[in-house]
Amino acid sequence: MKNIIICVKFFILTAILTGLIYPFLITLIGQVAFNNQSNGSMFVYHGRVVGSTLIGQKFDQDKYFWPRPSAVDYNPLPSGGSNLSATSAKLKSDVATREAKLYASGSGLDPHISPAAAFFQVDRIVKARHFDSAQKGEIINLINQLTEGRDFRVLGEKRVNVLKLNASLDDLR
Amino acid sequence: MKTADYLQLILYGLLLISLAPFLGTYMARVFQGKKIFLSPILGWMEELLYKLSGINKDEEMDWKDYTKAVICFNLLGFVFLFVLQLVQKYLPLNPANLANVTWDCAFNTAASFMTNTNWQSYAGETTMSYLTQMLGLTVQNFLSAATGISVFLALTRGLISKSQSSLGNFWVDMVRGLVYILIPLSILLAVALNAQGVVQTLSPYNNVTTLQGGTQTIPLGPAASQIAIKQLGTNGGGFFNANSAHPFENPTPFANFLEMFALLLIPASLVYTFGVMIGNRKHGWLLFSVMFVIFAIGLGLSLWSEYSIPITGIHEGQETRLGTTNSVLWAMATTCASNGSVNAMHSSLTPLAGGVALFNIMLGEIVFGGVGSGMYGMLHMVLLTVFLAGLMVGRTPEYLGKKIERKEVQMVILSILLPGAAILIGAAIACVYPVALSSLSSKGPHGLSEILYAFTSASQNNGSAFAGLNANTVFYNVMLGICMIIGRFGVIIPAMIIAGSLAVKRIAPASAGTFTTDDFLFASLLVGVIIIVGVLTFFPAFSLGPLIEHLLMLQGRVF
Amino acid sequence: MSKKAETANNNQIVLAAVKDAFLKLHPKEEMRNPVMFVTFVGSLVTTAFFFWHLAKGTFSLFELLIGIWLWFTVLFANFAEALAEGRGKAQAESLKKSRKEVFARFLDHGRETKIPASQLKKADVVICETGDTIPADGEVVEGVASVDESAITGESAPVIRESGGDRSAVTGGTRVISDKIIIKITSDPGGNFIDRMISLIEGAKRQRTPNEIALSIVLSGMTIIFLLAVVTLKFFADYSGQAAGQDLSSIVTVPVLVALLVCLIPTTIGGLLSAIGIAGMDRLIRRHVIAKSGRAVEAAGDIDVLLLDKTGTITIGNRMASEFIPVPGIDEKAFAEVAQLSSLSDETPEGRSIVVLAKDKFDLRAKALQPHEAKFIPFSANTQMSGVDLLDGAGNVMRMIRKGAVEAISKLTGKFPEKLETEIKRISASGGTPLAVSDGSKVIGVIHLKDIVKGGIKERFKELRVMGIKTVMITGDNPLTAAAIAAEAGVDDFIAQATPESKMDRIKEEQAGGHLVAMTGDGTNDAPALAQSDVGVTMNTGTQAAREAGNMVDLESNPTKLIEIVEIGKQLLMTRGALTTFSIANDVAKYFAILPAMFGMLYAGQGAQGPLSVLNIMQLHSPQSAILSAVIFNAIIIVILIPLALRGVAYHSQSAKALLRRNLQIYGLGGLVAPFIGIKLIDLLLVFLGVVR
Repeated sequence: MKNIIICVKFFILTAILTGLIYPFLITLIGQVAFNNQSNGSMFVYHGRVVGSTLIGQKFDQDKYFWPRPSAVDYNPLPSGGSNLSATSAKLKSDVATREAKLYASGSGLDPHISPAAAFFQVDRIVKARHFDSAQKGEIINLINQLTEGRDFRVLGEKRVNVLKLNASLDDLR
Repeated sequence: MKTADYLQLILYGLLLISLAPFLGTYMARVFQGKKIFLSPILGWMEELLYKLSGINKDEEMDWKDYTKAVICFNLLGFVFLFVLQLVQKYLPLNPANLANVTWDCAFNTAASFMTNTNWQSYAGETTMSYLTQMLGLTVQNFLSAATGISVFLALTRGLISKSQSSLGNFWVDMVRGLVYILIPLSILLAVALNAQGVVQTLSPYNNVTTLQGGTQTIPLGPAASQIAIKQLGTNGGGFFNANSAHPFENPTPFANFLEMFALLLIPASLVYTFGVMIGNRKHGWLLFSVMFVIFAIGLGLSLWSEYSIPITGIHEGQETRLGTTNSVLWAMATTCASNGSVNAMHSSLTPLAGGVALFNIMLGEIVFGGVGSGMYGMLHMVLLTVFLAGLMVGRTPEYLGKKIERKEVQMVILSILLPGAAILIGAAIACVYPVALSSLSSKGPHGLSEILYAFTSASQNNGSAFAGLNANTVFYNVMLGICMIIGRFGVIIPAMIIAGSLAVKRIAPASAGTFTTDDFLFASLLVGVIIIVGVLTFFPAFSLGPLIEHLLMLQGRVF
Repeated sequence: MSKKAETANNNQIVLAAVKDAFLKLHPKEEMRNPVMFVTFVGSLVTTAFFFWHLAKGTFSLFELLIGIWLWFTVLFANFAEALAEGRGKAQAESLKKSRKEVFARFLDHGRETKIPASQLKKADVVICETGDTIPADGEVVEGVASVDESAITGESAPVIRESGGDRSAVTGGTRVISDKIIIKITSDPGGNFIDRMISLIEGAKRQRTPNEIALSIVLSGMTIIFLLAVVTLKFFADYSGQAAGQDLSSIVTVPVLVALLVCLIPTTIGGLLSAIGIAGMDRLIRRHVIAKSGRAVEAAGDIDVLLLDKTGTITIGNRMASEFIPVPGIDEKAFAEVAQLSSLSDETPEGRSIVVLAKDKFDLRAKALQPHEAKFIPFSANTQMSGVDLLDGAGNVMRMIRKGAVEAISKLTGKFPEKLETEIKRISASGGTPLAVSDGSKVIGVIHLKDIVKGGIKERFKELRVMGIKTVMITGDNPLTAAAIAAEAGVDDFIAQATPESKMDRIKEEQAGGHLVAMTGDGTNDAPALAQSDVGVTMNTGTQAAREAGNMVDLESNPTKLIEIVEIGKQLLMTRGALTTFSIANDVAKYFAILPAMFGMLYAGQGAQGPLSVLNIMQLHSPQSAILSAVIFNAIIIVILIPLALRGVAYHSQSAKALLRRNLQIYGLGGLVAPFIGIKLIDLLLVFLGVVR
């Protein structure tokens, strides 16, 4: 009986410690020190919040860079991948119909595309926006500028943030 | 693979090998009650917890008392989490106004988080309120990890005890584990991840109009605090559905590296802690090497498989910023450790890479394994190996001078048998039960892999999934919940009985007649036993799932 | 036994074992061994399927053959056990012959009556004279006699049994060959030593030993795992068949699943386990050691400290003459001559050594004395001396020469000269034994009998050290002498001037340090130490108390035997470990034979083979021949390994590490490779014979 009382008391204490005090402490630190990150790294375009730089969003108009295919169609509620396997007929046929034969991301919210995937789309965008070759050069410059390298030159992959790229693209006019 | 890919792998391995001794020694000191640099800073918190809970820290427990405390405490946590989910709608900190969780999902989730499995049949952002995530899930992330460490400590003390029944004090082990290890490390990691972009807020979800003019609801929440312990405590239950593939959980390659490192840090260090506590660091390194080698073999095989498929661009189910190498490395680390968090969808890995992930779990989560649970599971395999080796040299088997006899062997076999039985029986039922089959999203051999993976992940307390399977049904919630409980306590209780039995035995000094457990020969035998036990139990099932799928993929067949 | 007779005897044992193998098919018998019970049930099920199909009008040769070979698997395991038991029984039979009904001369308040030995109870008193067979185990309460114990020990030399000392125990079935003794019976009917020995050998009372039980648990656990793996495989196969749109029901049949199961469960070790245990006991008995329990035999393998008595174990029990020391005034050569004379007919090793020393030192040839010239006085336990009486032509005693213990001779001669006493003390101090020689009523000198360390014992101790066993010599000698002999023999440690208490203390001290201690002993005062030690081997010549206290009895009373006992203990465990490893390693090949046979056609394209046919690395002819070959291999490997199980794996004095490496290479790697070869050969044979399609 004595042990059961200890058990209950100890559970209540640890629950308060790890379930309330700890997350509140981190929230406090985060809101003070890393306010932007803590609240979703929101992206403000001409004074308007247009999304998060970390959460991919749907672009299907020809004038924009398209993100990777998404199993959830860029609706974050909930996130997720296709979970299709290498022997999936559906995956094979889906990919076959895609312009660049791209595969979908794991989160369904991948904010990035590879530089190669970006360059692949330039011609379509130039055409949709009726850009001349000088402007095409500017797009290519944009991609190069916005390409993020590997972290510390080693970690991860080179990538371009689609939202930032498209926002800069809109600014080109 | 490019140079950078190799560099990332080497960096990861080197960092793990070089940091494990430091944290390992530190943890040993913590649990031996020695002074550490945090004592002056956090000592008050330790004392306060003793005082408020009425714990007498000098009280010693034998295996029965210790086990009772473990079970009582876990049961309480289970009930609390179960009830919390059922009533979350009526409680504060639910800005998205999420409904109460269904009973079967709540049961499954409570079992899952109590057992350190963190299998998720729900999607966090659409199911769990902020309060449930914090006070329910985060709490169990901490407590299940600390429980694992405690059981490991009890078993270790049983091995080194000189004919005494005492195995330490469960409450003291819990307090020290939380105060000096899990909470400080979590704070550090949470802040670092937060700085990288992991969200940490109590504000409601954000509705935005996108650049193109569409609408998007961006979910938020106190994620950084939970993700830190989810990685450190080998829990693995994501704040969001996509787990660490989600950019809010794992925003940058650097964050990814930190999380991936945190995932193996404590399990790897605990191996060293074991070496320190038994006074034989060489043996600690031996176990570490055995784990590392098995880990590395699987990693090599999976990387080879992933990089050999001829596709352009990033693979299905993987994130652009992380790339294939990081996805595979994470997949191997998370299945070797019983973490179960994912940064890529395992179901979409090549059949062979997914198969290795599955096989890692089938081995019993002992290759580094869960926090604490990996070591006590590994010690079971060590005892089995010692038993076979002992017979082969003509002596009653001994481990660290303690005779391995009937009771120990019985419990070791039980702890291997129970999870194995849960996997096979569960998967077999699901294979013929139409309701269960209707949850499958894949046809062909991948469907069998999905079922096998689900029951393996649950029974070995991993928590990752071949997520094509819709597991949020009454059948899977209940079945997998039971599997998780069997897999956890079907190993913990035997471990405690072994600890109790070993504790009272006298220690026989080593001689030339005792085979040494810290040389290459023993290490090879241990690797052999681990793999053979895994292969013999699961090869038939495995051959009809991942293996045949791999061969069919090579033929270009689709289903 | 001649070679021919032995072969005939062996044939008989084998025939009896074949019969027993069938008798053991009783479910109750099979239930004792979970692994074989599963095989037994599997055989029943397969046979039932065959007949069921036959009743429906389909004759399946494949199912018939699988069924037959599964039955063979069970029978082979039964045969192995029966054979081991049979060998024990043969030994028991020869013992039983010595137990033929004898009459006891029962003493009732001094009145002697003849009653059958089987009616004797504890505390009865009987009398035995020259030629009588001792009717039951007992203790000599009066008298001295020499007893022929060859019936139980196989040793032809008679032994002395006397009241009151450490040699007071007598065994029923042995025979008095001189003198008369009065014996108090110490056992009830059926509780005699020989009775107990017989029941032990026959295996009737065989209890499973701790390690054997632990191993059985492992084997049962594995059996359950494989049972689950095979039963659930049926479900996975159903799923796969459906997913592939194929009907697998004609391939994944119950007999095929049973065949897979039996191949996977550890039938090899399961079938041989009890045979190994029985054979281990049998090996001990062949060395004339009776263990009171199997536990003691296993414990022997764990021993890491041996307490060995110096005399008889480390030094040859009989000392050798090394020096002639005459009293002042007598020439050494003259003394040697007398000493030699006294020993001419002394066939004991000491006696012979005196003759040899005299010859070596002074070139004195042993004279051939005629019976009319001399009368030899043999050693008697009462007088503690021997010698020779030289006779004149009329047969009168001319000269009386005696040699014997110092005390005995001094009774004849009175006090020894001072100088000789000093020499005697010196000899004793150096660990030797002084043997006094008298001529008439005068002492003429002493012979220094010296301890001789046994040949080869030093190497033996070295081997023990490699095996991790520490040797401790126990001696009554003073520390100086003990140290000298210890160094010469190469023991690790010694206890000098040992008393029963100091022995006991040492055992307790070693045990407190976690060591397992073995010792030999024979005296009553050894009893506590024998009981305290983990393995206590009592000499058969020892007292009843000592025999009760120890957990093994050495019928040959050879203290060196302890070393062999340790080896047998180790060998017993090693054989189990090796065959377990072999059995488990075998499973890999069996998967490669049976899985492609079952699933080779799964997901097969038109005309092509299915993907899993790549597992058929042995290129077996057909699914049926693959399964059949695996089952046949699984059965005959038991028979092939029976000799190994009975003989035990080869034992070498090596460190544990070397042993482990060696056994892993032979039984681990061998176990991995052997079935690939075996199954392929059987497959080829089956195809050649046209048994399979």
